[in-house]
Amino acid sequence: MSEVTVRKQRPKHLAINEIRLPLPGFVSILHRVSGAGLFLMLPFLLYLLDRSLGSPESFEVFSAVVSHPLAKLLLLGLLWAYMHHFCAGIRFLLLDMHKGVELQAARNSARIVLIVSLVLTVIIGVKLW
Amino acid sequence: MVNRPIVGAHYGLKDWIAQRGTAVYMALYTLIFAVCTLALPEFSYSAWSGLFSNGLFKFLSFLFFLSVFYHAWIGVRDIWMDYVKPTGVRLALHLVTLFLLVGYAGWAAQILWRL
Repeated sequence: MSEVTVRKQRPKHLAINEIRLPLPGFVSILHRVSGAGLFLMLPFLLYLLDRSLGSPESFEVFSAVVSHPLAKLLLLGLLWAYMHHFCAGIRFLLLDMHKGVELQAARNSARIVLIVSLVLTVIIGVKLW
Repeated sequence: MVNRPIVGAHYGLKDWIAQRGTAVYMALYTLIFAVCTLALPEFSYSAWSGLFSNGLFKFLSFLFFLSVFYHAWIGVRDIWMDYVKPTGVRLALHLVTLFLLVGYAGWAAQILWRL
């Protein structure tokens, strides 16, 4: 048995404008991004819970903070992050159990995750504000 | 031929299971939280703090926070391991993450058991 390693010169094709991240990959990286965002905002969320539960006076502070337009925008973003992480997480749990691992099924579920998390964000967002 | 047993050391298996176990609990708590919040007659201090004064809800909420922090530890640690290669910087980031999350757990306990 010969031990010659044949190193074939493979063509390098990195056309950035042509390479596209498939939908499941997009859902996957958004899962990481949304998780990182939620982690970074944990102190803000804990602060809000702390103010909302402290006393009637601190509840007023909480109400004032969350009614600020910038805080609303941030919370809407975090709401989406939570919804996306929630839906994509359920998808990953199902994939772990070998449910929907076929290419077409995985693409469909990725699309469903993106749509459902956005719809939930809009519904809850409208209900809260 | 690679003749290496693929089980035995259990590197990461515990974390993998913990990440999923906490995820399932958080998903269930999210539904419980949604139902309890929707059932509130109004969003006022008395109604909101009344919900969290309930012993069972307080207990479930604290478990939720512990799940969040443990889950976040595994997830954030994975992010550092994927993108941060210098050992010293990575170790420092791991420690900062760990200290923050342990501190948050204390904070969450204080928020809930003050009621």
